[in-house]
Amino acid sequence: MEDLPVVQGSSRNRMKFVVGGLLIVAAVVYLIASSTTASAQYFLTVEELLSKGAEVRGRDLRVSGAVVGDSIEYDAQTLTLKFMVAHVPGDNAEIEAQGGLAQVLHDAVADPTRPRIQVIYNGPMPDLLKNEAQAIMTGRLGEDGVFYADELLLKCPTKYEDAVPQQAEG
Amino acid sequence: MIANLGFGALFITFLVALYGIAAALWGEFKHKPEWVDSARNAMLLTFPLLSVSALSIIYLLVTNHYEVEYVSSVTSRVMPLYLKVTALWGGQAGSLVFWSWLMSSFASAVTLRKWDRDREFLPWVIVVALVTLAFFVGLSLFVENPFNRLWQLAGGQVVEKMFPPRGARLFTPTDGRGLNPLLRHPGMIIHPPMLYLGFVSFVIPYAFAMAALITGRTDDRWIRLTRRWTLWAWLFLSLGLILGARWAYDVLGWGGYWGWDPVEIAAFMPWLTGTAFLHSVMIQEKRGMLKQWNMVLIILTYDLVIFGTFLTRSGVLSSVHAFAQSAIGPLFFAFIGLTFIASMSLLMHRWNDLKAQAAMTSLLSREALFLLNNLLFLGILVVCFWGVIFPLLSELVTGQKVTVGPPFYERATGPLFAALLFLMAVAPLSAWGHSTVKTLGRALWKPAALSVLVVVLALVAGYRNVFALLAFFLIALVVTVTLYEYQRGVRARMKRHKESLGSALVELVRRNRRRYGGYLIHLSVAMLALGIVGIEMFQSETQGTLQIGESLQLGNYSMSYDSLAVFDTPDGRNVARAVVSVYRNGEYVGELHPRRDFFYDSGQPMTIPGVRSTLEDDFYVLLVDWEEISTQSATFKVYHNPLVQWVWLGGIAFIIGTLVAAWPDRERKETVALSARPHAMAAD
Repeated sequence: MEDLPVVQGSSRNRMKFVVGGLLIVAAVVYLIASSTTASAQYFLTVEELLSKGAEVRGRDLRVSGAVVGDSIEYDAQTLTLKFMVAHVPGDNAEIEAQGGLAQVLHDAVADPTRPRIQVIYNGPMPDLLKNEAQAIMTGRLGEDGVFYADELLLKCPTKYEDAVPQQAEG
Repeated sequence: MIANLGFGALFITFLVALYGIAAALWGEFKHKPEWVDSARNAMLLTFPLLSVSALSIIYLLVTNHYEVEYVSSVTSRVMPLYLKVTALWGGQAGSLVFWSWLMSSFASAVTLRKWDRDREFLPWVIVVALVTLAFFVGLSLFVENPFNRLWQLAGGQVVEKMFPPRGARLFTPTDGRGLNPLLRHPGMIIHPPMLYLGFVSFVIPYAFAMAALITGRTDDRWIRLTRRWTLWAWLFLSLGLILGARWAYDVLGWGGYWGWDPVEIAAFMPWLTGTAFLHSVMIQEKRGMLKQWNMVLIILTYDLVIFGTFLTRSGVLSSVHAFAQSAIGPLFFAFIGLTFIASMSLLMHRWNDLKAQAAMTSLLSREALFLLNNLLFLGILVVCFWGVIFPLLSELVTGQKVTVGPPFYERATGPLFAALLFLMAVAPLSAWGHSTVKTLGRALWKPAALSVLVVVLALVAGYRNVFALLAFFLIALVVTVTLYEYQRGVRARMKRHKESLGSALVELVRRNRRRYGGYLIHLSVAMLALGIVGIEMFQSETQGTLQIGESLQLGNYSMSYDSLAVFDTPDGRNVARAVVSVYRNGEYVGELHPRRDFFYDSGQPMTIPGVRSTLEDDFYVLLVDWEEISTQSATFKVYHNPLVQWVWLGGIAFIIGTLVAAWPDRERKETVALSARPHAMAAD
């Protein structure tokens, strides 16, 4: 916003516009700042979530992990969805170093020693929820150590990325 | 064979583009117009070349050439022909070629116009267009090649390469992986091309702006030349956004249409700066002000368009953390950075030539209100941009990734949108040069009184939400002011020219299409706002498992579960389709068929809602689950979305309004004769 149009004219006139412009800039800054603090969510990996535990309990969190296919349970009567997610690194460089997102998700599910967490979500079963999908969940960590998700975003990297060799064998 | 042809054409395009840039520069600096003409021919040649390349991809898609990696990643045998053709933009590699093809067709159309009076712009417009084109074609050639084939090495391993590695055989999978089923929707088929058309056509005004900066011809000629391009660009971009929203509403099955996802925001940001630009160029044309500002806006729009192209690709993951996952990311950022710095330096160089010719004196004058409108649009842009980069920033500063979701955007942009609505009501009544509270108040009190009446009616009807009441007031104010403006114009014509109501209205709009088309767009925005308020503030939902014959209540609606059928379709889907009866206030109003399609090729289900849509509200039913075989019971999620149809009606009105404003003038000669100022339009 540094390139405000130049307004010519008397200095009093100019002041009027400068003050008006500053008021608007201040309003936008205030809106951004207050909305950020009101709705900021910590983005954590499963490992970070488990290690912080009580520290972040009750706060708005965003957690990303790999869906463990065998753990998916769905009760259609109550629309209660339960599943486990396994830890995947949050850092991109690390993901790349371990062979790309699809590989990392695959390894995370295959490795039983990885940190895992139980997730409970209430709502329709999402179409993309399946083994080795990446789940990005918004919600809170409960007293019982279960992550209660309000929102569930799923991505299947294999759809888009280099899954050719597996494809060819399959 | 065809893959080689397509790749060859792409490669030649790249060379031709580089040649064109060099020829245009050489011709310009050495004052050799024949070289500029040669550059122009190079520009024109890129179109047939890219057509060959794009048609090659389409041929490969349609004829199931699964040895080509792109083909096998976006199509499968069961897909119908039209989906195979449109799979051209179903993935990143194909859509980049599609983007380049659109770009070259638009740039060629511009090069074909008569340049007599604007000859000095020509070489620079060609350079800017070809640099942009060369960047995208280069990406296709060297990073995201749609013609890469699969090769089986001697060791049995399959690799993806353009040309065969030593000793490798061509590897052809028997079937492709198929287009993501979520994308197999008419809205999704026309949504990306619309968005791309919008993106691409914004390159043209940018190219002219740069030409104006370079040549030093910094009057408003470049704006007049590209005014219509800008409007069309804006129309396509808006259409792309609306279609995307409609697709989300019809397909994604969460009862909404806009989720403040980074991908959506990336398409929305150039729209914001483009809208600000459309408004503020009027000030430059009418008053000779805001010239530097307009340059800033068009530069921002161009770079946001490039950014949007990168982010909105269906293949790129919808998270900010995915930037670096494709080799394309750093290249895009480098290109955006370079063009931004280059354009801004040019602007600084010409800064003093772009001084305003008049001073703004009154805070309530129309030009000041336009400026305020610009600041609000930019404010929304800053909010969006902040939301997208905040996770990266917070990680950089604190080491902890913190994200913001839809509540952030809603909270931060809500007041700004409300202020824009208010401006939309006030600005048409203000005068150029000078307005006071008194003159504005005199014009505004009648519409304001009517709008208060609307609020009172809403109160009586039981609405108590303060924000909703305020929104209703603003919407009513926009509608009444706009209609009042129409009525004023029509009445004046009827009196002066003794015309009937109908012909006065037609003549009024025809003679000042930009203004009255613009007002129509304002009305459509009020309609959109009504729909958004309805679904955002009054949406309700419920869910339940029903036995056949049982029913579920939501507000004054109820629905009963009648039956469910599961069957296979010839195009490779397994469909579960429920039949439910819908009652409103106890009266039967119709049947809905929510269903769940399971796609065998990709192993993915897709939930398609059953929707009963009226002007008052939508009743939106999702089939969540059912008891296999017996189908005695099924689970539904039901949404009540008040007023949401106004979003789509507003979208249609919006298109009509923009067409009215952008349609080429037939009686331009008359206008030229009437106005003292020469009046010319681009490319028509």
